[in-house]
Amino acid sequence: MNEIIDGITQAVQLIVTLDPEVVGITVLTLEISLASTLISAAMAIPLGGFIHFREFPGKRALVNIIQTLYALPTVIAGLLVFLLISRAGPFGFLRLLFTPAGMVIAQVVLVLPIMLGLTISALSGVAKEKKDTILALGATELQTILTLICEARFAILAGVALGFGRAISEVGAAMMIGGNIRDYTRILTTAIALQTSMGDIAFSIALGIILLSIALLVNLAVNLVQGEGPRD
Amino acid sequence: MIELSHVSRSFTGRNVLDDISLRIRDGEIFALIGPSGSGKTTLLRIIDLLEEPSQGQILFNGSAIGPGAEDRLLARRGIGMVFQKPVPLSTTVFGNVAAGLRFRGMKGDALAGKVREALEVVGISQLADRRARTLSGGEMQRLALARAIATGPGLLLMDEPTANLDPANSALIEELILSINRRFRTTVVIATHDLPQGQRLAHRLGVLDRGHLLQTGEPAEVFYHPGKPEVARFVGVENILPGTVTGSSDGLTTVSLGGAIAISRTELPAGTKVLACIRAEDITLHTSKEIRSSARNLLMGRIIRVASQGPFARVTVDAGISLTALVTTRSVQDLGLSPEKVVSLTFKAGAVHLIPTP
Repeated sequence: MNEIIDGITQAVQLIVTLDPEVVGITVLTLEISLASTLISAAMAIPLGGFIHFREFPGKRALVNIIQTLYALPTVIAGLLVFLLISRAGPFGFLRLLFTPAGMVIAQVVLVLPIMLGLTISALSGVAKEKKDTILALGATELQTILTLICEARFAILAGVALGFGRAISEVGAAMMIGGNIRDYTRILTTAIALQTSMGDIAFSIALGIILLSIALLVNLAVNLVQGEGPRD
Repeated sequence: MIELSHVSRSFTGRNVLDDISLRIRDGEIFALIGPSGSGKTTLLRIIDLLEEPSQGQILFNGSAIGPGAEDRLLARRGIGMVFQKPVPLSTTVFGNVAAGLRFRGMKGDALAGKVREALEVVGISQLADRRARTLSGGEMQRLALARAIATGPGLLLMDEPTANLDPANSALIEELILSINRRFRTTVVIATHDLPQGQRLAHRLGVLDRGHLLQTGEPAEVFYHPGKPEVARFVGVENILPGTVTGSSDGLTTVSLGGAIAISRTELPAGTKVLACIRAEDITLHTSKEIRSSARNLLMGRIIRVASQGPFARVTVDAGISLTALVTTRSVQDLGLSPEKVVSLTFKAGAVHLIPTP
């Protein structure tokens, strides 16, 4: 019991005194997860718009597959990216294994289905009458998709936030692709895994508090934005 | 001019529109009238090129619109549409009216000018900066109208423009439709189940029932000379009686209605099977023995039923045939009309419209 209380006390100290290692890991974590979130959103939102708008054979199956991939195990994403970027893999020449860029790719693979799926369902949630209204106002296909995305912006944003949450909290792929190299690819989750196994409870608790705080902040921000948004 | 030629539309095997041929003239207000589910909305959507007919085609000024999305978009940009339940885009009132103009690449002062003009036409300039979703029903309907006319369409389509509005707002929207038609020479097609509204607004009407276009014509023609029994019923003719023409002379036709004889101005050869249509408001009731009336038809009978409806009452009389007359509630009291009372009925030959039946 004492160990936990001591751990928490020390953790708070580490955070309050802005321990350089804690800060370094946090900054790197945010950089990697934000990068993968932005890249995923940049792909998922337009792609989701077209998948929603266009009718094509196999659309239903595609959406089903995308939704199944929500639950893609992080180690499977890690394995997939590992096979692609390891020395022997097709993209081995890019030397991305054990780099932050490699981790970003792995997180994109992990997060893209969620954002894509949630974008599609956010757009499906927009009343059909709105699509008709936009078309009747003389919009081109692209204008229609963009306007619908704008109409569904709050729901889409929630999907992006959820994607960020998955990116920042996953540990499997980050460990396999990043390798947990100190000051280079060590992020909050991999550091917690390592420090805990090494018995440095205080450090782990400190990082855990930071990780939870980030999740909390993102959640608060989404709620705030949605609170101002429309109810429809 | 818009011409629909043998347009049909079916959804999963069910025919929503069946072989509709129709011309809408430039600058007129045309009302598609029919009960709910008669296909009005689908027809408007086809005219707005939001939906394609299963069969037949639609011509704008004599030319068909190509199947390409580009051609359809170009044609659609000349049309404004107000849906039955207008939905706001989640932005301001200004942003809503600006949307169509922005899609056409307009911006800056020109855009703002057009938006202000459209808001002024419908009288909601003061709401420009409001979030559109906070508008009341009447305001939203006016916004939808402003949004549709902002781009200066030659054709304005409106689906049940007053169905969800209170009487004051309905009157306002009707005024706006008339003034937009007059001021901008916009061709207007409205779909409505509200018969008097069609009569008030439209230069011509088309009666739609279960996907069939039963009759088109000027309001007076459709109301007083329905071409089919369904139209007669829909335009509110209460007395529709089967009969046979027995003879005609001097433009007057005698028709036997089973229990009674009536004189009509509809000219048909003897022996023709007909349905005689007599509007309830064209029948006059009398209680005195001496009747001074120029009406050709005079029948005697006993009152069966008096159904009061606010300022008016429907009095049904058994005069060999059952006839219903529309009487003011004041007259019901003054004349002491009640069941079993014997009364005389008069109506003009012109009030008896005959529809030949096979």
